[in-house]
Amino acid sequence: MMNSFIKIGIAFVLVLCVTACADKESPNYQFMPNMYEPVGYEAYQEVDFLPNGSEAMFPGGNTIPRGYIPYGLENTMEGKELSRLNISPLDSLMKETNLIKGKELYDIYCAICHGSKGDGQGTLVKREKILGVPNYADVARNISVGSVNHVIYYGLNSMGSHATQLNHEERWQVAEYVMKLKQDL
Amino acid sequence: MKKVTYRNQISKVLGISLVVFMLFSISLFAQDEAAATSDVAVTEGFGGDAAKGKTLFNQNCAACHSLTRKMTGPPLANVESRLSEDEGLDREWLYTWIKNSSGMIKSGDAYANKVYTEYAQAPMTAFPTLSNADIDDILAYTAAPRPAPVVAAGAQVAEGGEGKSSGISNEMILGALAIVFGLLIMMLVLVQRTLKRIAAANGVDLEKTKGEQRLPLWRAFAQNQFLVLVSVIFLLLAGAYFAYGWVMQIGIDQGYTPIQPIHYSHKIHAGDNKIECKYCHSSVRVSRHSGIPSLNVCMNCHKSIYEYQGNPEGPSKEDLANGYTNEFYTAEIKKLYKAVGWDEEDQKYTGNTQPVEWVQVHNLPDLVYFNHSQHVEVAGVECQTCHGPVEEMEIMTQYSPLTMAWCVNCHRETNVKVEGNEYYAKIHEELSKKYGVDQLTVAQMGGLECGKCHY
Repeated sequence: MMNSFIKIGIAFVLVLCVTACADKESPNYQFMPNMYEPVGYEAYQEVDFLPNGSEAMFPGGNTIPRGYIPYGLENTMEGKELSRLNISPLDSLMKETNLIKGKELYDIYCAICHGSKGDGQGTLVKREKILGVPNYADVARNISVGSVNHVIYYGLNSMGSHATQLNHEERWQVAEYVMKLKQDL
Repeated sequence: MKKVTYRNQISKVLGISLVVFMLFSISLFAQDEAAATSDVAVTEGFGGDAAKGKTLFNQNCAACHSLTRKMTGPPLANVESRLSEDEGLDREWLYTWIKNSSGMIKSGDAYANKVYTEYAQAPMTAFPTLSNADIDDILAYTAAPRPAPVVAAGAQVAEGGEGKSSGISNEMILGALAIVFGLLIMMLVLVQRTLKRIAAANGVDLEKTKGEQRLPLWRAFAQNQFLVLVSVIFLLLAGAYFAYGWVMQIGIDQGYTPIQPIHYSHKIHAGDNKIECKYCHSSVRVSRHSGIPSLNVCMNCHKSIYEYQGNPEGPSKEDLANGYTNEFYTAEIKKLYKAVGWDEEDQKYTGNTQPVEWVQVHNLPDLVYFNHSQHVEVAGVECQTCHGPVEEMEIMTQYSPLTMAWCVNCHRETNVKVEGNEYYAKIHEELSKKYGVDQLTVAQMGGLECGKCHY
């Protein structure tokens, strides 16, 4: 009698142990940690010698990342007016390729608010999450390829800067595509 | 006898709910209504269609103005009565301002310059396309009472209560089941005892009769050597099977679902709102890593989206059971604001930032090299092929095993996209001839060579 109680108890405890070990919130055992854990520093790793222990930092003072092309104009109203006169530095003979690339990037980074046709009716606008996104053809906005590039770089009012997501060349590709959308509207 | 208790049920329920509704709403609406009536008095002379005004407001103004909150520009609820009461400015002033604000600032208008400096000298876009009638509509909309958010809040409270009660009832059911099982065991024990007592009273000695007549089972088993051999082999095999299974899952984190410092729902962002994966994970196009977005990327949208409003039909029952109410999500957005140092009141960055310590979900061991951009940009593999239906995941979890067998299997089955890629033209031709196939798999292109991934 007591024997069977003890047996059931043991089985119950065993089952509990097994299910308790199946923990989805912590990583599994590693077979050979020496070969799994990197010797060098990995991206986003926590390290003790940097401020906040965080590896994700801005480039050091007076340095730029490789391949980075600085943008000359300032984030002021004067800068924006000046940017209007800028023309695209991209090769005009490559226009077709640039527009294809521009469309690809536009659909990722801009269409969610500005709409895939540039009419200001992206998914977020339709779902009333973000409002007041203008139509590119709006006369009052009077956009030019240079000012589009400027606004992608610095952002404007509620729109944030997309300079961390798009580099120099990609920005101009998107700007050229935006001007094409404006024409087609 | 007649049943009369529920005769007026419908009207009673309606009446009670009306009373409850009034209880909640009267005090909250009181001020709005007072304001609204005064506005109606003001706007009567001009008219204006509030419904049309809402459309115009959402199209033209809402990028920078909210009705109730400071954004890039000031809040616009009852802007007309506010201006006429506080500043003594009439509707004509608003017409001029909306159509050409910068001209007004230049002309030296006192209040125009005051607003301009107050809002960080961000000039308001001129709207020469809006007619006076359009502006009347917009002003009618800004002056209209806004009961919607208050009602929604009340509804959410009620729903939240339901969510809690369903959680309690689950626990209650489990508890009741446990009690029932306990009672059953007690009853069995009692029944057995009584039976034994009856047997003893009848003069039957159970223990003795058993012991005398039968050999114990384990002894009979031990005496049969063949059976012992077979069962030992069976146990060894079964043990080996389970041991192998356990050893083979070491280092595999399929299903790993860590708790993140900010509850970020891929389901809402990528699923409901259909934001491209690459919008946030932009480095996936150009880098080995699919980077975790820095918080400025979050703020591209969350500068405007300061609260979670959810789907129009409200949170689903499943979400409520998990505690994912609108308030819960809004609190997570506030965590983002805290980390990125965004002051909601002044709409400014304070510079007080804290890094968010995200927990890495997918981690390949150091012994293998994997490049995201090669797979996403060159091969054109969808994110979901490896990461599973992320757009349905409330909490990010590791979908694939990420083992070598899994990699190799995909390389064997996937055809290389060669169309429109001159780089592959010659190699493709030669290899196709060598293998005698039309479509080359990644494996045939050398995707199984050790040195491609291990070096």
